Amino acid sequence: MSHPITKGATGLSLRLLLIATVLGAWEAGVRYFELPQYILPPPSSIFEGLKRGVASGIYIEHIGVTLAETFMGFAVGTILAFCLGTAVAMSRRVEYFLYPFIVMFQAMPKVALAPLIVIWFGLGLTSKVINAALVAFFPLMVNTIVGLRSADEDRVNLLRSLAATKTQIFWMLRLPNALPYIFAGLEIAMIFALIGAIVAEFVGSERGLGMLIQSMNFNMDVAGQFGVLLILSLIGLFLNGMITGLRRRVLFWDRPRESDTSIRKDPAT
Amino acid sequence: MRYGGGDDAVVALADIDFTVREGEFVSIVGPSGCGKSTLLRILAGLMPPTQGDASLASRPISGPRRDIGVVFQSPVLFPWRTVLANAELPVDVQGLDRKAMRTRALELLKLVGLDGFENRYPRELSGGMQQRVSLVRALIHDPALLLMDEPFGALDAMTRETMHIELQRIWMERQKTVVFITHSIAEAVFLADRVLVMTPRPGKIGAELTIDLPRPRPLDVVNTEHFGDYVKKIRAALNATGGAL
Repeated sequence: MSHPITKGATGLSLRLLLIATVLGAWEAGVRYFELPQYILPPPSSIFEGLKRGVASGIYIEHIGVTLAETFMGFAVGTILAFCLGTAVAMSRRVEYFLYPFIVMFQAMPKVALAPLIVIWFGLGLTSKVINAALVAFFPLMVNTIVGLRSADEDRVNLLRSLAATKTQIFWMLRLPNALPYIFAGLEIAMIFALIGAIVAEFVGSERGLGMLIQSMNFNMDVAGQFGVLLILSLIGLFLNGMITGLRRRVLFWDRPRESDTSIRKDPAT
Repeated sequence: MRYGGGDDAVVALADIDFTVREGEFVSIVGPSGCGKSTLLRILAGLMPPTQGDASLASRPISGPRRDIGVVFQSPVLFPWRTVLANAELPVDVQGLDRKAMRTRALELLKLVGLDGFENRYPRELSGGMQQRVSLVRALIHDPALLLMDEPFGALDAMTRETMHIELQRIWMERQKTVVFITHSIAEAVFLADRVLVMTPRPGKIGAELTIDLPRPRPLDVVNTEHFGDYVKKIRAALNATGGAL
């Protein structure tokens, strides 16, 4: 719903005003109730900490490490998810044998595997990439399966009536038809990969933003933690923006449509 | 044609025997559930009959064939393809000569009044325009037989009449063999050289009627006495066999 108030300069200044009010109330509240820094630091000291961190260059290295883990985990996880999802969607036999594992893994909170993975693969990059890949894997695999199977029966019949082969039906219909689902899966997988990397860093690592939060926690540097959280949410926004930007380019045809390609069908015949 | 096995099997079609001459326009009219669409699926090679056979140009239809064009109830366009690319789908599937087919596609799009829309996407088109694209797609590989399954059923009355005139014009220009399935008696009579009346449970052909009206038929042919007679006869044939319409 686009309401007049959400548009234009007035809307923007109202939003900024709201954010300023929240920050102001936070600052005033912390000072008024004299909350100690290690419980809830005021925004001013969070920004102070951020400024110091940026000046010292401490963030750059850790951001680089966490981003590298996230991207590699995302790449490995989504490529495997796409391949396996395709195999499951296209072959009943593969589905039959893999289904129990899929169900079991889907129900399991994947981050709970992080301690094991760190034990198996060490404190370095590998364990983070594997954990990120594992967490990113499932949303895309499920969406790939659903997307490939959701091809409209009429469209399949049309291609069959033209004597199309199964491979042709896959490339001409099933895959493009699955793209909206795949992109929805990629959006989730991207953020999940970041979560996976951070959690694995919590469990044990020498570098990365998760490790930074952990070490600040030990030092009771709560303001510093807030600073890193802010950086993490900016990274999250950036990662999400990458996928949605790509989506808009690839899926130019998938917009809300008033006149759908399939006009009303008569269910009686 | 049976569905299911054992005692639960439903006989969808029985004793259907008809021949369509080359260049003839045959309408098959019948109520919902009389097996019209099943018949079309057999003719299109999408479904093998449990008994009997269908053949085209004295070759049996045992599976999908390249010399058949189908127009379905809905346009069944691909939203990621432009109008032109949708029309050229059979070219891509069957690996036909791209250059020659491009000329043909543009020519056919012009024939159905869609010139200038080649690079649009289906969602930018009205229902009637979409169905015209699907007609072009069915004609592009120059099939020997054009199968149409209630192609105009979802269109509003005005668009529908325009499509009838256009289909008649295209058919007269191209002289295709057409099997046109509908549940509208008027539509069947208006378009066809011959109307087959199908009755349900099990689906069979209850009556056959040759429509002897001069072509091109104008829209107001429906008001003539001849037209009314044909409609009456078909309605009687449907009622006599329990196919209430």
